[in-house]
Amino acid sequence: MRFRAKIVDLACLNHFSRVINTIAKLAKTCTLRLTVSKLYFILSDKVANGGVSMWCELCQGNFFDEFQMEGVAVEHNEIYLELVPENLSRALKTAQSAKAVKIKLTNKHCPCLRVAVELPSLSSSSRIVTHDIPVGVIPRRLWNDFREPSVPDFDVSIYLPVLKTMKSVVERMKNLSNSIVIEANSNGEMNLKIETDLVSVTTHFKDLGNPPWTSEDGCQSSAQDRDLESMAEARIDIRKLQQLLAGQQVNPTKALCNIVSKRIVHFILLHEDVSLQYFIPALA
Amino acid sequence: MPFSAQPPASGEPYVLTASLDNARHLSSLLRAVHFQDHATCFATANGLRVTVEDAKCIQANAFIQAEIFQEFAVQEESVTFRINLSVLLDCLTIFGTSSLPGTSTALRMCYRGYGYPLMLFLEEGGVVTVCKINTQEPDQLLDFDFCSTKVVNKIILQSEGLREAFAELDMTSEVLQITMSPDKPYFRLSTFGNAGSAHLDYPRDSDLMETFHCNQTQTNRYKISLLKPSTKALALSCKVSIRTDAQGFLSLQYMIRNEDGQICFVEYYCCPDEDITEAEM
Repeated sequence: MRFRAKIVDLACLNHFSRVINTIAKLAKTCTLRLTVSKLYFILSDKVANGGVSMWCELCQGNFFDEFQMEGVAVEHNEIYLELVPENLSRALKTAQSAKAVKIKLTNKHCPCLRVAVELPSLSSSSRIVTHDIPVGVIPRRLWNDFREPSVPDFDVSIYLPVLKTMKSVVERMKNLSNSIVIEANSNGEMNLKIETDLVSVTTHFKDLGNPPWTSEDGCQSSAQDRDLESMAEARIDIRKLQQLLAGQQVNPTKALCNIVSKRIVHFILLHEDVSLQYFIPALA
Repeated sequence: MPFSAQPPASGEPYVLTASLDNARHLSSLLRAVHFQDHATCFATANGLRVTVEDAKCIQANAFIQAEIFQEFAVQEESVTFRINLSVLLDCLTIFGTSSLPGTSTALRMCYRGYGYPLMLFLEEGGVVTVCKINTQEPDQLLDFDFCSTKVVNKIILQSEGLREAFAELDMTSEVLQITMSPDKPYFRLSTFGNAGSAHLDYPRDSDLMETFHCNQTQTNRYKISLLKPSTKALALSCKVSIRTDAQGFLSLQYMIRNEDGQICFVEYYCCPDEDITEAEM
């Protein structure tokens, strides 16, 4: 098992840091899956997470100038590591004006991701700051726990409103209630609602647009057959939604959510080089 | 009680209806008196007064005259209700607090009367938020009986002179001592904290001093924890009037200019902690 990678381009480095910062806001601990072409940050829906799950996918070629990965075995050419993304985020904070960052999997006393940040220096020799981030190697027999979640059979799929507005509204609502209801229809309308003994607040978004999904046989999904105005809704933990919105450092190219009434809300946030899926289950 | 996303047309049985193009004209003033969760709202044809009290010693009032609103109609002589001010502020600022140039939140407020919730309709950029906030029985409010005929000492200062002083008050001191006198030190703020005493003197001929009418030397102490929230009002204001009466009751009146240049007032009344006469000093 070997892993070595290097980033030299400052823009790629900052982009990678931003991705890690977003992941760090969403998960205390997560699984990093390395393949020849991609990196995945995975959080599977354990009870400890409150049933939330996350799947974030990056193409290594868009970030790394050098990338060498040899998996646990030839026929299973992948590595699964358990790590605390906040540690990686902190290590990358020192790399804001770095000349290069090298990441290597080591096992001196225990498995670690060694992040070596080469910083510019006035003298001829570079300054190197090294961070050893402890990781857990996840054995192959557990890899099935981390499979890509499938897109649920949703009732409504809708583009999200401008994230800045959605973030402000959800932040205020978080002061007023622990849970929030997201409802949306196939007519581009979405409502965010909270209701307590003291107060009820509803925010109405219009003209959001509904993404066109085609099912595997090439037909438009049955979601189009339902009454356009009928709402699908789910009540979710407001802090989980706020964490997702607060973690977005850059506006995504596409942002949408799929609602399975009373079951789960599936958020998809797409940037040029990164795709993030986040599942928040409905509260009982 | 169901409600639609459309604000009610006029002619509906609302005892209070008000419209404001920029909700910040209301929310920033309410923040200046937000040191307790609950507030009493009092509306007459003249406008809206929001009162917050604490410990039976301090009272803050925010006045928003009817002229500030684009529409302000009160169907009875006066309308009074108690409301959770923290919730009201969260609703008024639902679209965020940062003031981007050219964007503002429009507000419509409706109240059906005793027992009904306060309805807010807020709109920004085509997005509409509807809030329904429960109201409660209004409290009996303190009457400080502070009137201009009983004022012993009065000064009017430009707020910028006091802002830094108030922001940096030594909070390890239990009291803020205010001395006002026709003689030196004229106007002095003192604290007595863990690190020692601090005195800040303002000369009567200072540029910041607009009015100086001190007839008698008075030194009064006020609980610093009660006065500290007034810093928010001071931060917003351009001028402040400081008055004391014979009992040492303090009145702080803040003149606040909003984004459109309109004037509003916030006042704080505070009971003295102890009386120290000149002889004891």
